[in-house]
Amino acid sequence: MSMRDLTLTLLLAVANAPAHAAPEGPRLGQPLEAAAISALDITVFPDGTGLPPGQGTAVEGKAVYDAKCAACHGPNGSGGSAEELAGGRNPLTSAEPDKTIGTYWPYASTVFDFIRRAMPLDAPRSLGNDEVYAVTAYLLHANGIIGEHDRLDAATLPKIRMPNAAGFVWVYPERQPR
Amino acid sequence: MKPYIEPRTPPSETAGTEPERRRFLKAGLAVTGAALAGTAQAVPPPPWMTRPGAPLSNYGQPSPHERAVIRWIAANADAPGNGISWTPLERLEGIVTPSGLHFERHHNGVPQIDPAVHRLAVHGRVGKALSFGIDDLLRYPMTSRLCFIECGGNSNAGWHQEPMQAPAGNIHGLASCSEWTGVPLATVLAECGLQPNAQWLIAEGADAAAMNVSIPLDKALDDALLALYQNGERLRPENGYPLRLVLPGWEGVTNVKWLHRLQLADQPAMARNETAKYTELLPSGQARQFSFVMEAKSLITRPSAGQALPGPGLHPISGLAWSGRGAIRRVEVSTDGGKTWQDAALDSPVLPKCFTRFRLSWRWDGSPAILKSRATDETGYVQPERQILVAERGRHGYFHYNAIVSWAVAADGSVSHVHA
Repeated sequence: MSMRDLTLTLLLAVANAPAHAAPEGPRLGQPLEAAAISALDITVFPDGTGLPPGQGTAVEGKAVYDAKCAACHGPNGSGGSAEELAGGRNPLTSAEPDKTIGTYWPYASTVFDFIRRAMPLDAPRSLGNDEVYAVTAYLLHANGIIGEHDRLDAATLPKIRMPNAAGFVWVYPERQPR
Repeated sequence: MKPYIEPRTPPSETAGTEPERRRFLKAGLAVTGAALAGTAQAVPPPPWMTRPGAPLSNYGQPSPHERAVIRWIAANADAPGNGISWTPLERLEGIVTPSGLHFERHHNGVPQIDPAVHRLAVHGRVGKALSFGIDDLLRYPMTSRLCFIECGGNSNAGWHQEPMQAPAGNIHGLASCSEWTGVPLATVLAECGLQPNAQWLIAEGADAAAMNVSIPLDKALDDALLALYQNGERLRPENGYPLRLVLPGWEGVTNVKWLHRLQLADQPAMARNETAKYTELLPSGQARQFSFVMEAKSLITRPSAGQALPGPGLHPISGLAWSGRGAIRRVEVSTDGGKTWQDAALDSPVLPKCFTRFRLSWRWDGSPAILKSRATDETGYVQPERQILVAERGRHGYFHYNAIVSWAVAADGSVSHVHA
């Protein structure tokens, strides 16, 4: 960071301070190096920011799914004790709506992000990035969103348009009546 | 420093020698016994008055006679760490929830975290990325506030067609209230500095679910707290030890437990819990998202479902009201199913985004009655009747149920849950 950039950042930091200034701390924060941040940072955003290297297809993902996911989520993403991921038939406006990845989830990035950070439940963080891409591809394929040979990676995944992408209304921040 | 030693009974004229004192005590007992025998049946003192009690303890426990005052647990047997436990609201009084009875929601169990190695990382769109140890944070200026935390899914049985017959806490007890003490988040963010495009804060826990949510920056700078203490002591593990984000008035899931990472971003993460879960499907097929604020709500805890009035006469009505938008201004109670209402008294303190205890004395004439309570907060928002809420939201929203609760008192004094 150049000195000019640094000055700008510090000025903006002041500009962004809350109206009622927070009490000053003793400044004990230790600098976080880039390597330490990348080891911690597992967030994947809808625009693809945060996606790691790696790739996979639904065909490859089926083997991983059958071995590590099907016991709880059922064959093909439904019928298990854990939540339904695919196979939803009832639309969201029906009396018993199905809220699957295909009918409800607005972003494909969320599928990758959640599998990588939290699944499988008994061994989170145990899947490699290729496996996560592959299982993501398998679930998107099971929901009829991509083909079984479509390759998911950091470039292709953010381009996927989910069926319910337009299905959400943000309640916050609250908009003033016009 | 010398240890404190209980002083021995000093010798004095009145105490006399030991044999003399014992003679005196025996004589006294004989006189008392004679007096009792002469006037009424002799009643022996209870055993706790005739022998020494238990010694001192390092950490107090509730009376064995209060063993039934516990959280009610619901979890999948295949994934016992992924479940909830409810606060037994109907068995508590005042506004503070004992820490051991604060409701729980875990997405993959309670981690046992060593505070010596746990750190909070702040990175992303900041001036400089920094990391803080727990001992570091304990040196920062702290503040305390009493506020409730309510799970977005609290009271969701209310969406069902048929009223669920269960104690009040088993339906509405995913809400609890504590005094939280910690470092204002704004203090730590000011140390890092914010880039102009920092608009969201992604908060992540160090649990096996790496639970994460996106929070608008204005809330983070307003009243967010990095909580280290709950009700005067360090956080309980199930409530986020050693560090928890507390966002007063916002739905429970945003109050990230076991907090270890804060990422400043120009967009929300669209994490699973803020898209697939904790969003409310409307009859239109659209869903409400980022519905952070818990709206005003109230609940009569006594009498409530499963309890019984022993007979006609004067009975206390007592309950809780709260609003994520500020202070409770008014709680009205109806004993005739909503035909007439009267103002309940509000116990002090009445604090913003905090449980408020309301009370009313009710003279029950022994005929069937329906009890309701209705909260109004300082913004003028009035807690809705159930049919109004269901008409607006449909029955598949699952989250943010805050309708008026009705309890029916039968002629025999038994209390049940009704939709009325």
